[in-house]
Amino acid sequence: MTVEIAFWILALVMVGAALAVVLLRDIFRAALLLVLCFFTVAGIYITLNADFLAAVQVLIYAGAIGILLIFAIMLTRNVKEGNPFNKLKIPALIVALLVLTTVIGVIVGTDWTTVTGVSQGVEVPVGSATTGPIATALFDQSKGFVLPFEIASVLLLAALIGAIVLVRDRNSRG
Amino acid sequence: MHFGLEHYLILSAIMFCIGLYGALAKRNAVAILMCIEIMLNAVNIALVAFSRYLVPNAVLLTGQVFAIFIITVAAAEAAVGLAIIIAIYRSRQSVDVEQADSMKG
Repeated sequence: MTVEIAFWILALVMVGAALAVVLLRDIFRAALLLVLCFFTVAGIYITLNADFLAAVQVLIYAGAIGILLIFAIMLTRNVKEGNPFNKLKIPALIVALLVLTTVIGVIVGTDWTTVTGVSQGVEVPVGSATTGPIATALFDQSKGFVLPFEIASVLLLAALIGAIVLVRDRNSRG
Repeated sequence: MHFGLEHYLILSAIMFCIGLYGALAKRNAVAILMCIEIMLNAVNIALVAFSRYLVPNAVLLTGQVFAIFIITVAAAEAAVGLAIIIAIYRSRQSVDVEQADSMKG
């Protein structure tokens, strides 16, 4: 019951913040509301018994990506232009509503109980901490994700070098 | 309806479509990137909801591992995307995606 109340509050705040991100004219306020949206997603993770992911969400999304976005806005902001819509405003709304009705129709029409009992991953009981078991799920010899983990580290390195190369000022090299 | 997986999936679908609408309808490249982050968060909510509700009375951690990988890729994508936006801003003094059309035939 507590989880249900928390879910409804978090969901309402999240959808409101996301709508404000899309609809606000001031892009700086939109970025701040996006950070609020990230925090509510962390709360949703807590209601889903994902404590480690909630901490990661606050650190990486609300912290790192939020700061990165605000920096990018401050470096590129055009105050009089703001955050306008393009000429696809109405077609985009129609496409988004079509996708929404389709996906919700599929979600409501599917009997989700039929997919239980086929798992092969690491399981923990509801209510227990997940940080240690996530390490097992990532690095287990037989059912882990060691190769994707290594590829992710290479991806991060490539993104780091790529970002530095892209924003480096080529004229100041002398 | 009994409180459970469907609620989280519908929340995820709503968030995804808000992000989709913004990504299609915005002109500012930073705003488009922000909307893509909303879409990635929506997918993460769906994955974590599946990890919680797929097995009764247990948390199947594979979904959370997938969510961690998505967060990693999203961080890389945000860094490279913002670097590209700043590079475009340097050469054109604008982040309007409708003006960045030099590859148009």
